[in-house]
Amino acid sequence: MSFLEVKNIYKSFGKTEVLKGIDFSMEKGEVLAIIGSSGSGKTTLLRCMNFLETPDTGTVSVNGNVLFSSDEPPYSDAEKREKRLHFGLVFQQFNLFPQYNVLKNVSLAPELRQLKGKKLSKAEKKEIIKQIDDNSRRLLDTVGLSDKVNNYPCELSGGQQQRVAIARALALDPDILCFDEPTSALDPELTGEVLRVIRELKTSDRTMIVVTHEMNFARGVADKVIFMADGVIEEYGTPDEVFGAPKSEKTRSFLEKSLENP
Amino acid sequence: MSFWDVTRQLADGFGITLIIFGITLVASLPLGLIITFGSMSKIPPIKWITKVFVWIIRGTPLMLQIILIFYGPGLMNWDIMLPRLTAVLVAFIINYSCYFSEIYRGGIESISKGQYEAGQVLGMTKTQIFFKIVLFQVIKRIVPPMGNEIITLVKDTSLARVIAVTELVKAAENIIAVKSILWPLFYVGAFYLLFSALLTFLLNLAEKKMNYYSG
Repeated sequence: MSFLEVKNIYKSFGKTEVLKGIDFSMEKGEVLAIIGSSGSGKTTLLRCMNFLETPDTGTVSVNGNVLFSSDEPPYSDAEKREKRLHFGLVFQQFNLFPQYNVLKNVSLAPELRQLKGKKLSKAEKKEIIKQIDDNSRRLLDTVGLSDKVNNYPCELSGGQQQRVAIARALALDPDILCFDEPTSALDPELTGEVLRVIRELKTSDRTMIVVTHEMNFARGVADKVIFMADGVIEEYGTPDEVFGAPKSEKTRSFLEKSLENP
Repeated sequence: MSFWDVTRQLADGFGITLIIFGITLVASLPLGLIITFGSMSKIPPIKWITKVFVWIIRGTPLMLQIILIFYGPGLMNWDIMLPRLTAVLVAFIINYSCYFSEIYRGGIESISKGQYEAGQVLGMTKTQIFFKIVLFQVIKRIVPPMGNEIITLVKDTSLARVIAVTELVKAAENIIAVKSILWPLFYVGAFYLLFSALLTFLLNLAEKKMNYYSG
């Protein structure tokens, strides 16, 4: 059994079928790149795994635990909260919290999570907050922002903001970290710093799914590549297979076009 | 009539003005939020009843509402007669809660969906997302329109005279009717001007305090 198994995911919005039967699996420590043109369903697939959308049918399981199954009754909010923590999500638009400084952006969610509904003495509370604080600083250090902990998001460049968002997602230590076009909202000269961070995470054995338009990145960093078209997985394989010897006509024409207008 | 006699009488009126202003503000700020939740409710009956209620309150004059609340019960032969000031307060609180609720709603709806989703994927509860992420951003955005509404409230308090509550304007009228002198009216204007200047100053201060981040 693979680390992540996604089976038979269908999702429609009204009459529009966005996902028409998605099956794939990946192993721990792998990096999976999902490529494809706009509207092919890449983002919807990520959102389904992160419980931002509910698939019409299908199952998602991580490490043998079924997280989502359309056969089960709808999950309560509390169940969803537990289940979605197996995944982290980095958004295209960063979505940092503007009123908090960089450190607080990273530490807020773990603090809320660990302090909620517990009766703790002041000393215990202080200890927990200190641990979270240290961990958040360490994460910000790994994304190269230890000198920005006290800045506010509006004072950072897009690339820096996205790196904070990565640290924020890592703070809850998800099994699988998902990126939804993490560099699409960035100026071209800022994409490099974000991609470098993702590359470094790969060396620390992070399991990651990256929806991206950066073909060179997908080719150079991913272990597996999925090409999606019209709501189905059109092609799946290693980067060499997908980029070097695409089997499908659709993949070939997509790759030709993306190489023309990189 | 000496300057000091006029000042004393106007100060009494201003006291009533301040009571109407203060109590309306303190009660309407939280009540408005409850109405906002009603008008944004996912349960259709609650949403539509709230929306119709807000439409009626915002679509009719506050003066009419004051008269209705004061005389209405008696005219319907109910055995209730609200004291004048209470009737004024009830009308003002209902009216201003509705206006505030619409400002809150605009503020809440202006927060991007991404902020909610970021909170969700980080495992926060709906309550945590509202109070820890959304609320402060909403407050920052609504300070300017709320300021407008609060300054309007200062002047609207003069509507209380319609059921003979002796607030500032009524106090001045009482003087000029008896003494046939003009200047107390200008003096009253100065009261309003100074008070709204103070409020403007405080609101600007709040705005500046929250300007440590942009967006």
